[in-house]
Amino acid sequence: MSVGEQALSTGPGIPLSLRGPAPVRVVAGFGFWLFLLSDIILFAALFATYSVLSGSTAGGPTAAELFDKKHVFLETMCLLASSVTCGLGSLAVQRTDTRAVYFWMGVTFLLGATFLTLEGREFAGMVAAGAGPSHSAFLSAFFTLVGTHGLHVSLGLVWLVIMLLQVTTLGFQPMVGRRFFAFGLFWHALDIVWIGVFTIVYLGAK
Amino acid sequence: MLGRLSWSAIPFDQPIVMGTGAVLGLVLFTVFLLVTLKGAWPYLWREWITTVDHKRIGVMYMILGLVMLVRGFSDAIMMRTQLALAAGHAQGYLPPEHYDQIFSAHGTIMIFFVAMPFVVGLMNFAVPLQLGVRDVAFPKLNSVSFWLTASGVLLVNLSLFVGEFARTGWLAYPPLSELAYSPGVGVDYYLWSLQLSGMGTLLTGINLTTTILKIRAPGMGYSRMPIFCWTSLASNLLIVAAFPVLTATFAMLLLDRYCGFHFFTNELGGNPMMYVNLIWIWGHPEVYILILPAFGVFSEVVATFSRKPLFGYRSMVLATMAICVLSFMVWLHHFFTMGAGADVNGFFGIMTMIIAVPTGVKVFNWLFTLYGGRIQYTVPIYWAIGFIVTFVIGGMTGVLMAIPPADFVLHNSLFLIAHFHNVAIGGVVFGAMAGYTYWFPKAFGFKLNERLGKAIFWCWFIGFYLAFMPLYALGLMGATRRMQHYSDTHWQPLMLVALAGAVVILLGIALTAVQLAVSIRQRHVQSDRTGDPWNGRTLEWSVPSPPPPWNFTHMPNVERTDAYWYMKEKGVASTSPAGFAEMHLPRNSPVGIFLAFFAVILGFALIWRIDWLAAVGLIGAVVVMLREAWKTDLEVRVPAEEVAAFVRANPTRVPGTSGGSFDRKDVTSGEGS
Repeated sequence: MSVGEQALSTGPGIPLSLRGPAPVRVVAGFGFWLFLLSDIILFAALFATYSVLSGSTAGGPTAAELFDKKHVFLETMCLLASSVTCGLGSLAVQRTDTRAVYFWMGVTFLLGATFLTLEGREFAGMVAAGAGPSHSAFLSAFFTLVGTHGLHVSLGLVWLVIMLLQVTTLGFQPMVGRRFFAFGLFWHALDIVWIGVFTIVYLGAK
Repeated sequence: MLGRLSWSAIPFDQPIVMGTGAVLGLVLFTVFLLVTLKGAWPYLWREWITTVDHKRIGVMYMILGLVMLVRGFSDAIMMRTQLALAAGHAQGYLPPEHYDQIFSAHGTIMIFFVAMPFVVGLMNFAVPLQLGVRDVAFPKLNSVSFWLTASGVLLVNLSLFVGEFARTGWLAYPPLSELAYSPGVGVDYYLWSLQLSGMGTLLTGINLTTTILKIRAPGMGYSRMPIFCWTSLASNLLIVAAFPVLTATFAMLLLDRYCGFHFFTNELGGNPMMYVNLIWIWGHPEVYILILPAFGVFSEVVATFSRKPLFGYRSMVLATMAICVLSFMVWLHHFFTMGAGADVNGFFGIMTMIIAVPTGVKVFNWLFTLYGGRIQYTVPIYWAIGFIVTFVIGGMTGVLMAIPPADFVLHNSLFLIAHFHNVAIGGVVFGAMAGYTYWFPKAFGFKLNERLGKAIFWCWFIGFYLAFMPLYALGLMGATRRMQHYSDTHWQPLMLVALAGAVVILLGIALTAVQLAVSIRQRHVQSDRTGDPWNGRTLEWSVPSPPPPWNFTHMPNVERTDAYWYMKEKGVASTSPAGFAEMHLPRNSPVGIFLAFFAVILGFALIWRIDWLAAVGLIGAVVVMLREAWKTDLEVRVPAEEVAAFVRANPTRVPGTSGGSFDRKDVTSGEGS
């Protein structure tokens, strides 16, 4: 008998905190939530730095001169759509529907890759125009904040490929399911961070 | 091919460094030889290096901390000797560029590689036992955390013999730590070793927070947890919330140094004070990350040896959590002199004074626990009482400096140095020593020698006052920190007293080694056959010493605080367990040491700018993780007969509660998720 079942069998009258160890699924998920929390604090430090340094352009280009909001809107749509497809993929994982998992997670991958390509083009354009990260404190903070988000998306894509390989080789073991759950959380968290980037960096550009 | 690395990186011209290197090399070689001759490598590999058992990992953290204490203390006594000599025309024996490395290394090592391993080690060892469960939430991750910390330690020690260490002070403030003013590898050693060990600490924080919030014995509600678990929870929450800021801040400084960014430089809009703010947003919580578990140790020790339940359990919990929250609102008091203006300084000054209130609550709780108690004057209670006296003095000098105008006078003076050593030694070191003495019999099955333990206490206690009380006076007289030489010879007598204090502490550290050796020799005299040598109150004392790998043969059922005390009162001891179930334990894993191996390669390559080697380190680490991701056979089974045999061979005062059969597999880990 698993602890989870035993806890339930001790009746609903007993408060959750007294029921003994939580099942593995809950423990693993909780640990990953904490990791995400710490990751968001890492971003908070970068956001704070960007806010302080965003006016320190050292006579170089300002945020308003550099950013193309249409381009950023397209990026945002790609990422938000990828969250929807990731959600559908997660549902497919729960149903252990292999084909749907490949399909929706494949779409998620493509949308994420498109986002990264767009971001890469934006970065390359800025560097080519002489607005690379070493030209002012503002640009250092911009490239680091947005780049760290981009790095997270890249790592997410690598993780997604690994997860698809795991489904292929290991099938839908509980372990694989838990990891997919964590991946879903991670991917949605990146969306939340991007909302912050979009609002503070791009919409807030002066 | 080798980046910036060449033979000139090895300081052949510095006899002190080369001498130390020779001695250390000899010691390491002897240990290596002994282990090889005794054929102990398989044992070490199987039982320690690849272990995922929280108790063993906790012990390894403590050993790491003790070893690094010797290193950090060597730096300290060198500084004290230099300052005892270098008055007036005398220049002492340490040139400034060496002295600067020594004080930077001393601070870095003492905080990150002594205090942190002590505190994390104690939490690792005691928390799952106090919660009545088999292990932490993620045992394998725990091993990875330890080995990442160890790789940071290795890099810091390497800097002594290959290249140099930072000359920037323990927090590496820019612009001094920027490439323009510190072009050598010193700051890079500092940054990469702390990035690695910081990652280990963050993972520990996640692991232990999950453990305390999600994995407790049935009935162990939040209001029944031992206070040490509460303070550990607060400490680990702070780790999760503060360490990412450290990682981000160091990452920005690294980008400045490696990629020509301008976060904290003097040019192109960079803002060095941004670094100072960020580093203290981590740094002040860090102070509480270290002290809160020490508070927890004292709470356990005071209650146990007063033979009373802790006075004011709820107020203790509230005070702990209040400190946990408030610790994020005081960071600016480390640099009132930044010039943020009266309003900002006033706010942070008042917040700093407020944080003294919950701390005061705790002090009164300990005093009222002692009051009317039947106090047994054991070694841990010596440390606890010494702590209360010392910490109150240190706390009051802290509140004094929380007044911004006073701080403008005392900022960066030896008064500050005396203050934070007053709380760091009187709080964290005393707490670590109390915890070490208190839980040692649980870990090894025999007590540490009592007389030597008391001698060690007196050495630290007297040595501390001798070494640091003069520094308060010197600070008020105008002596600044980080000075290698002073012209006013009137300071010299007090400096000599401080050196004498350091020598007394040295005696205490030496006696710690003697105590360990003597106690191991006398282990049969001092052995603990009941698992409960102190007549303890919490669940860790209900299992044999040392506990079996599965900790609790039958998961205890907790009915109130001081669960084990209650069981003893109720006489649960007479009931015999219903039967024995097969145990499922997480399998040992070398992933921690493999990852650490490649992390050290990566760190070393980045420090010396050896690109191909950095690629080797990174790819190696990725391969190790990928291999791990495909492992499915993650558990070993201990047959019920073996469990039964263990229980028969190791009787305890309470053989266990009647929990019936219980599938341990689901109890612990979300490993491999």
